[in-house]
Amino acid sequence: MPGRRPIEPLLWLLFSTGGVMSALFAPVLLFLFGIAFPLGWLTPPDHARLLLVFGHPLARLFILVVCSLSLFHWAHRFRYTLYDGLQIKHLNEAINAICYGGAVLGTLAAAYLAWTIP
Amino acid sequence: MSDRITLRVARYRPERESEITFEDYELPCPKDWVVLDGLNHIKDQMDGTLSYRWSCRMGICGSCGMLVNGEPKLTCATFLSDYAPGPLKVEPLRNFPVIRDLIVDLGDFMGKLVRVKPWIIRRVEQPLSDGEYRQTPDELDEYKQFSMCINCMLCYSACPIYGLDPHFIGPAAIALAQRYNLDSRDEGSAERMAVLSEHDGIWGCTFVGECTKVCPKHVDPAAAIQRYKLQSAIDWVKGFVLPRAAQ
Amino acid sequence: MSQDAAYTPYHPRWHRTRVSTWWWLGRGSYFLFILRELSSLAVAWFVAGLLLLIRAVSAGPAAYQQFLASARLPAVLGLNAIALAFVVLHAITWFNLAPQAMVVHVAGRRVPGWCIAASNYAALVVATAVIYGLLTLTW
Repeated sequence: MPGRRPIEPLLWLLFSTGGVMSALFAPVLLFLFGIAFPLGWLTPPDHARLLLVFGHPLARLFILVVCSLSLFHWAHRFRYTLYDGLQIKHLNEAINAICYGGAVLGTLAAAYLAWTIP
Repeated sequence: MSDRITLRVARYRPERESEITFEDYELPCPKDWVVLDGLNHIKDQMDGTLSYRWSCRMGICGSCGMLVNGEPKLTCATFLSDYAPGPLKVEPLRNFPVIRDLIVDLGDFMGKLVRVKPWIIRRVEQPLSDGEYRQTPDELDEYKQFSMCINCMLCYSACPIYGLDPHFIGPAAIALAQRYNLDSRDEGSAERMAVLSEHDGIWGCTFVGECTKVCPKHVDPAAAIQRYKLQSAIDWVKGFVLPRAAQ
Repeated sequence: MSQDAAYTPYHPRWHRTRVSTWWWLGRGSYFLFILRELSSLAVAWFVAGLLLLIRAVSAGPAAYQQFLASARLPAVLGLNAIALAFVVLHAITWFNLAPQAMVVHVAGRRVPGWCIAASNYAALVVATAVIYGLLTLTW
């Protein structure tokens, strides 16, 4: 069993699965809603269609899982970027709180929003 | 194709200066000369005060690692003619304290190497009468790549994480720990895990991948580290889900 | 040991270079590494955008149209384009590095690295097709 930092393997696992989720789903979603629909390259789905897709229980679960894991991916990676890029390791308690705390808050927000889709 | 080259060599003489300075040496450049031949020529014929480490001059002892135009390289394996007419910059390895000229102190790595216990650990040694430990070619292939490390320290020079935090245990130490963890004769994974799972162990690594790029023996320490992280994570899950079965 | 050396005339002062804050500008590979790490911000932006979309859809057709309209603002368009570039960088570097992290044995033989990378890219194509189909194709 791990020694002094038993939480690190879990955080790395969240980072890894979040990396896979975001690598698979962020490109197409950002392309569609960020570029293709606004520029008129493709017709955006109408509201009823989206409600149908998002309202499905599997879709709600998908939204929660992808958002939560992607946020933990951001949290873990950004924490290390602050350590290495800016060399501010001495602020690590604040960094951990902001990063992982942010991921937890985002997870709660995603859960709430996924639950309350009509 | 030039037949002479200028070497811009870092000098550091602590008895009379507090900063690293550079001196230019112009020397012949036969096409079969490596940087080490150039340094030997300087020391023999031009400036006997130049200090540097070297030994086998064939890429197996790991002594002659230096920065050649900013890249960590074995000077016995880097041809001068690729850089003629120069100036070719030769500096001591990055991320280590410089003792003199091109010589760095490797005591930090030596301490870390001992900490990862790079030897076969067995709960009970097989008695001599039982004969030798046997290993199939497949079992050998599992760890062979990581056993090729010559401790040249090029990976530590390339690793920005080690440069920023010298407490980081570093690529070669972890690769060597993996060499023993993956050896079928070894039973010491748990002991090494205790050292490597500290924050300055494998978790300090952010998979920059530079260590693998500069390794002259193709050890791929980055792969060793990421595989160890994955193994550690799987063990954590197992320990969580099946606490007794994980032992 | 070497960290607390006592310097004497017979053990002269070692030279230690301090790493600059701009260390990552010194080499192309370091710069690419930092860009890769900064892609995590684009991932966070993607999550924020997705949650805003969900919220707009839940609030009704008018809110959804408002969301689509704000996506047409030049500033938002620009940010999304940059985020898309970073997210694609993340995906490519992630899939290319996956073979180094995962050693898979099938029937006693090690699966070659390009196979693992290729199957990851195949998964990307499938995921893209599924999302695209769910959102735009008429059933």
